[in-house]
Amino acid sequence: MKSNYDILVVGGGPAGALAAKTAAEAGNSVCLIEKRSAIGTPVRCAEGIGKELLREFVKPDPRWISAEIERARLIAPNGTTVNLEQDRAGNEVGYVLDRKIFDRELVWQAAEAGADVVVKTRATAPIQENGVVRGAKVLSVGTPADIRADVVIAADGTEAQFARRAGLDTTVPLREMMSCAQYLMTDIDIDAGSTDFYLGNDVAPEGYLWIFPKGERTANVGIGISGRKSRDGTRAKDYLDRFVAKNFPDGKTIECIAGGVPVCRPLPCTVGDGLMVIGDAARVVDPLTGGGIGNAMFTGRLAAQVASECISAGNCSKEALMPYDAGWRASRMGVLLERNYRVKEYFVTLDDRKLNTLAESIANISLKEFSVSALIKELIKRNPKMLLELKALKDALS
Amino acid sequence: MSTMLRINRDKCGYCGTCVAVCPEDALELIDAYLSLERECIACGICARACPFGALEVVHEE
Repeated sequence: MKSNYDILVVGGGPAGALAAKTAAEAGNSVCLIEKRSAIGTPVRCAEGIGKELLREFVKPDPRWISAEIERARLIAPNGTTVNLEQDRAGNEVGYVLDRKIFDRELVWQAAEAGADVVVKTRATAPIQENGVVRGAKVLSVGTPADIRADVVIAADGTEAQFARRAGLDTTVPLREMMSCAQYLMTDIDIDAGSTDFYLGNDVAPEGYLWIFPKGERTANVGIGISGRKSRDGTRAKDYLDRFVAKNFPDGKTIECIAGGVPVCRPLPCTVGDGLMVIGDAARVVDPLTGGGIGNAMFTGRLAAQVASECISAGNCSKEALMPYDAGWRASRMGVLLERNYRVKEYFVTLDDRKLNTLAESIANISLKEFSVSALIKELIKRNPKMLLELKALKDALS
Repeated sequence: MSTMLRINRDKCGYCGTCVAVCPEDALELIDAYLSLERECIACGICARACPFGALEVVHEE
């Protein structure tokens, strides 16, 4: 670790790794710091990602792919199951990753591209001069140090403290923080080719419970509920324990994790003077699905591309870095984030009766296309009596 | 009488959910433990958000 770099990346998840790799490949001196003592652990993730999305950033490798998914099932409160089969061959659904290995692979690639990587090193505060971020004060295995950089890329995940201490408000409102718990379970009867989503206010209020297979008889069994529904006796772990006791009483839990997924809108601005914010820290998680890996890698790569140009031009002001913020907002990801935010805001208003009605209306259809918009168009078509309230959904699509 | 935040480290899953909802930036997730680093206003938002129920606002004499 040196005391001066072109770019300092705070956080070694997929966002930070893609930023560091892209920046190093463009010829910058790069340092990536990770506060934990190991890249990839502990995992804070259900580990699902779309196949095409993943391939935009990294070549799939069986070493970090736990399972390939062929279909999804939505299970309504009354048990009505909506089967989302892939209709056409080649219309692929997704992977369930092994994040411990996956994250290491990405950081490995960043290191191979020339980035310095330092673990057990925590950014405690930005170094700021006249409001301009010039680097970070860090504690590296307990030893204080200053790392100066032309641009700091904040990739510190849900906590998002670096950007906050640089003056951006990253606080997530309680109702838009999904409080999550997950067990990696084995010896359970599951459909190893299907990701299952259980909905309902008794199952997972304002969220969902998931079963993401990791193999033939093993899966991530987890849940996210809105923070405002979380109290003693009705916490994420309480709902999960009830579901597991009922459905997998003989299953074995080999990992137990907690996590927080922000499902608010993205930060109003993701750049500052000498500062860029990416991934979960920028609140670019899909608010409907909670998926964040792809968006993290997308914003990480884009931020590093813009930062490289700004460093070459000798201007890393907020204005100069702004093409990153404008770029992701105008991208397909940016458009989908806003659409899915509105769809989510509609779905959290539904009681179990309406959820059942909607599920029953599409229980036996086969969608030509496996997507949120195809699903919503079908819901609107098949529920004329709910047309008025489904208008919110229709508006979200336009 | 004073109010304070109690962290039950045996329950804590050190996930950082509490850190992200804290309006005062008072909590810090340091490697594998949670620490109250700055002044806490005992608002209880973190205690609500915690998936495992590891945080509690307590009143002491």
